[in-house]
Amino acid sequence: MVAVLGFFLFRVVPGDPVVSMTRGRPTTAAMQAELRAQFGLDRPLLEQFWTYFTGLLQGDLGMSYTFRRPVAEVILERLGPTLLLVGTGTLIAVLAGLWLGIRAAWRRDTAFDRVTTGVSLTLWAVPTFWLGMLLMMVTGDLFPSRGMRDTDTAPDFFSQALDVGHHLVLPSITLVAVVAAEYMLVMRSSLLEEMHAPYLTTARAKGLRDDLVRRRHAVPNAVLPAITLVFLRFGLVVGGAITTETVFSWPGLGLLFYDALTGPDYFLLQGLLVVTAGAVVVMNLLADLLHGVLDPRVKVA
Amino acid sequence: MRVKLCALVAAAAVLGAGTPVATAQQPTILKVAIVQQIDSMNPFLAVFQSSTEINRLMYDYLTAYAAQDQQVTEGLANRWETSADKLTWTFTVPEGKKWSDGQPITAHDVAFTYTLMMTDEVARTANGSFVANFESVTATDDRTVVIKTKAPQVTMLALDIPIVPRHVWEKIPSIKDHPNDQAPVVGSGPFVLTEHVAGQFIKLKANKDYWRGAPKYDELHFVYFQNSDAAVQALGKGEVDLVNRMAPAQFDSLEGKAGVTRNKAQGRRFTELLINPGAATRTGEPIGDGNPALKDVRVRRAIAQAIDMDALVARVNLGYAEPGGGLVPPVFTKWHWQPGEQEKRRFDPAAANAALDAAGVTRKADGTRLSLRLTGRAGRAYDEQASEYLKRSLGEVGIALDVRLVSDNQLNEATTAATYDLAFSGWSTNVDPDFILSLHTCSQRPGADGKGGTTDAYFCDETYDRLYAQQLSEFDEGKRVELVKQMQARFYDQVPAVVLAYDNALEAYRSDHFARFTTQPAQGGVIMAQHGVWGYYGAEPADARASAAGLSTTALVVGGVVLLGLVVVVFVVVSRRRATIGERE
Repeated sequence: MVAVLGFFLFRVVPGDPVVSMTRGRPTTAAMQAELRAQFGLDRPLLEQFWTYFTGLLQGDLGMSYTFRRPVAEVILERLGPTLLLVGTGTLIAVLAGLWLGIRAAWRRDTAFDRVTTGVSLTLWAVPTFWLGMLLMMVTGDLFPSRGMRDTDTAPDFFSQALDVGHHLVLPSITLVAVVAAEYMLVMRSSLLEEMHAPYLTTARAKGLRDDLVRRRHAVPNAVLPAITLVFLRFGLVVGGAITTETVFSWPGLGLLFYDALTGPDYFLLQGLLVVTAGAVVVMNLLADLLHGVLDPRVKVA
Repeated sequence: MRVKLCALVAAAAVLGAGTPVATAQQPTILKVAIVQQIDSMNPFLAVFQSSTEINRLMYDYLTAYAAQDQQVTEGLANRWETSADKLTWTFTVPEGKKWSDGQPITAHDVAFTYTLMMTDEVARTANGSFVANFESVTATDDRTVVIKTKAPQVTMLALDIPIVPRHVWEKIPSIKDHPNDQAPVVGSGPFVLTEHVAGQFIKLKANKDYWRGAPKYDELHFVYFQNSDAAVQALGKGEVDLVNRMAPAQFDSLEGKAGVTRNKAQGRRFTELLINPGAATRTGEPIGDGNPALKDVRVRRAIAQAIDMDALVARVNLGYAEPGGGLVPPVFTKWHWQPGEQEKRRFDPAAANAALDAAGVTRKADGTRLSLRLTGRAGRAYDEQASEYLKRSLGEVGIALDVRLVSDNQLNEATTAATYDLAFSGWSTNVDPDFILSLHTCSQRPGADGKGGTTDAYFCDETYDRLYAQQLSEFDEGKRVELVKQMQARFYDQVPAVVLAYDNALEAYRSDHFARFTTQPAQGGVIMAQHGVWGYYGAEPADARASAAGLSTTALVVGGVVLLGLVVVVFVVVSRRRATIGERE
């Protein structure tokens, strides 16, 4: 389904890969025809689709026009950086977002609640691109402005890891700022719903400490919507870190998507769609499975 | 929870403080920001400007263009002669030039490269047009290459084809599947490729045995930026040493910045406004939906006359351009043409109004004569600003503009399908004007299926085509220059497009790291995107790289401050916990 949609969707994208490849270079009509034949673009659309589809079933995603390499290889190469960025970002966002959300709900209407909710709403509304550029300017010389590694770092593992970590700070802060805000707001509202539940009163009546009431009783019941959101977001974000990756030239899938669209590099776009759609499906599945673990009631149903 | 957060913040701080410390004994590196994609390092496949520029550093061509004045000079070959019928060219590859693996460079390498392109379809992907007219290429001995062409070809000294080593490439089974980025990449240029990480960087090291002499520094790194604002910031911070393709506003932002020198150079690009002259295919079938009124050359001239190009350059290009004229930019002094006093169309709305009246395009009741679409690229500052400007000035002469700013691909699609009235376009030109002139011949229009065309202006003019054919077989340079100028004059007179401006190339470099770069041409030339290797090859490091140490010290100081702040935060949190302990228990 995804493959069918992707194939025809991207054929509607305006532009002709051969024209954009040869634009501004001395070419002849014969050479353009040769390129078209090489890419199979001279075949009827349905035949092109059939070739692609049968290839896909055998695990062949086709060749990228731009990079002249198998799409699977190109995507795989960019998957690592994206997972690193999105993984770090999500981890921090989950920890920070949930913690802030819980605290804000527990102490609702305090100054802390008002400030965090206000900041979260603001961050959620801020355009990622603008936030990234702003961070880059404000931090000055502290952090590098591009990519994942410096070219002149020593080759040993420790310096390389430190360098990657150093490069990771700004992009992940940018990613966290937006995502954590969302988690915080969801966590806060779902915990607020639980706050008046009678079982909390029971727990307090048993003489439990306020912290324990929160940790053992309220939060486990309220955390479900937030966890669902985390997994859904994670699936989406693998393909959706485009802006963050563009601002910081982070060599991940988002950047690849951006580059592929300028071709348009059909096979690469289709491959990316299959991979990102796959990520969403897998994450949905994981979220469903995890529900059962977190909340036994779901398992029964 | 608190403990976890603190740990996280601490981890971030450690990373922040961990700026790699640059030390003096490290090799001298020139770091260049590239804001364009890299497609491939395989010289037969690479088509993007940035990739071909790097390929040029790895592989010499048969001939080169001098840094001083862009005249043809020694490349791999140092002598060449042509037969009386101009069909046979003999090039001599002198002794003593070596591949980076120590093997001698011979005529067989040249013959191998060209023959491969003639026989293997994939190998002519990038530069096939240069060999399209070749009959045969043979190496008669180690020093002599003989090229026979089907028809006389005036561009034989402008064959921009990287020559590859035969002993390496004849063992490669499939050109298509060879990324050519695994060291060692055997080359002949001033630099040798050592590492390419897609989407991140490309590293080259100096070729100490380069036949012109070794470069004056050790390594050349190209780092990839998706976003040119970030590249300009990185230059300001000293992360990179050289940036080009800056927008006028970015260029201005670096004015007076310590340690940064700007280079405003004559570029080889021009911006033009296409006026659909009644697009047709190669066989003369009309295509697209251009406004029929534009078929009248008087209307096109009137449009050109209603545009104040000086004002456009001053306000939209912020002065970083020269007002347009002929098709060849002024950086190519020899071929460049500017209209003389009589031919020149001066900005004159009144005359344009009168001309439109005379052409029978009269004003309707609402005061307008025509309504035209103006297609441009969304997100390109020039198109956005210039379209507003054109809307006003063409409004003066009764032409209403419907501005449509679309994506790059949509713009390409509109121009290749001729579904535009007016559109912004632009081209990069080469040392030899053949390419830019050929674009406007009748045969460059698309075929019956709408494909295979390279023009976007759909010009088809007998006089122009005749002159084009003449200059293509004119081997007397003085006479050819004359013909090329006549062609530009004809183009200017018939206005299928108005050349609005010759854009300046805006570059900047860290003059505290690198003292001097060789520009091409010597006067007002560019450092990057040259027709040659001179900019990178001729770079001279500054004596003291003092700033490197300074940078890391600041980083350490700031890192220390961050850590100190953390300690304070932890202290506050802990003391608060203590204070509320009674409440919680």
